[in-house]
Amino acid sequence: MTNPLTMKSWSPYVAGAGIGLLSWFAFASADHPIGITTAFENSAALVEKAAVPQVEQTNDYFAKKEAEGKPPKIDWEWMLVIGVFIGAIISSTLSRDRGSAVVPPLWSWRFGDSALKRLVVAFGAGALMMFGARLAQGCTSGHGISGTLQLAVSSWIFISVAFAVATATVWAIYGKEGAQHV
Amino acid sequence: MFDSPTKLALGLLTGIFFGFLLQKGRVAKFEVIVGQFLFKDWTVVKMMGTAVVVGAVGVYALVAADMASLHIRPALLGGVLLGAVCFGIGMAVFGYCPGTSVAGCGEGRRDAMVGVLGMFAGAALFVALYEQLAPVIKSLGDWGKITLPEVTHTSPWLWVTVLVAGGGAALLYDRWQHRNRSALSPPLSERSSDYR
Repeated sequence: MTNPLTMKSWSPYVAGAGIGLLSWFAFASADHPIGITTAFENSAALVEKAAVPQVEQTNDYFAKKEAEGKPPKIDWEWMLVIGVFIGAIISSTLSRDRGSAVVPPLWSWRFGDSALKRLVVAFGAGALMMFGARLAQGCTSGHGISGTLQLAVSSWIFISVAFAVATATVWAIYGKEGAQHV
Repeated sequence: MFDSPTKLALGLLTGIFFGFLLQKGRVAKFEVIVGQFLFKDWTVVKMMGTAVVVGAVGVYALVAADMASLHIRPALLGGVLLGAVCFGIGMAVFGYCPGTSVAGCGEGRRDAMVGVLGMFAGAALFVALYEQLAPVIKSLGDWGKITLPEVTHTSPWLWVTVLVAGGGAALLYDRWQHRNRSALSPPLSERSSDYR
């Protein structure tokens, strides 16, 4: 029998069930839902405070978070993000599923194989995605998995709208012909 | 500035398992995420759906046993709706979501790494513009930290049962379809991308 750790892919049902069980563990051990983007906001706030100390007086953000009892800090979720990076290194190393690709094939079919173009757009799109996640206070993990499994109204609205908009965007970019290139 | 060392260690451990599962589930890949929105690859929906169904049962059981509490994000409609639109466009163009882009970095993908730097810039912009954004987030109404059972005055277990039944039915349908497809054209089921 093949060692599951060295397999390149697991059934999405098995991997998904694993994430569901991991949610139990996160709630039971740390009373915390799995999420990614709050850690980015906290890091950005800490960097801004370190770079421009007077920002704490000029930007209402810091007083508001202090009042909410959630000042920016290196917390459970911050370490979770580091862990995701390490976990993916472990998994991809065991299965030799590593690559340093810059331009995905579908992207190069549509936009050519300029690495610079792909990286500039990836930077901008990553920024827009994170900006949206912080406006909504969650992402595919925080709202899409942790929020929906808690049956939160905000999360079911967020993930429905986000996935509908993403679907429309992808079809506007790649269209029917692109679907043949995946 | 820092959580307790135990909490930090628990976060790291949870993250390592999360990243491992995301990579093994193949969602740390541009083509799988975009393939979902092109309806060519249903990995994302299968994985998220299973995680939500399994997670809901256990988390509501933990809450019932008083071993954990719910952590509901407020339904601030302006923030949730505008955020979802920005998020959807950004994710579609980037080809990763926040968690899977960090896992994509672990896999060695360069575009994911640059995108994560962009994500940091997006977070910095959000913090810097917070005072201007706060009224936008609160526009269109604030329904508070509410859940579907609370809104409908029903038991959460009714909703959990519906999720389990819906997930089970979707799984059976997928297996049944898979068997029919395999019967018609056996080589398809052996394709690596079609691995289940």
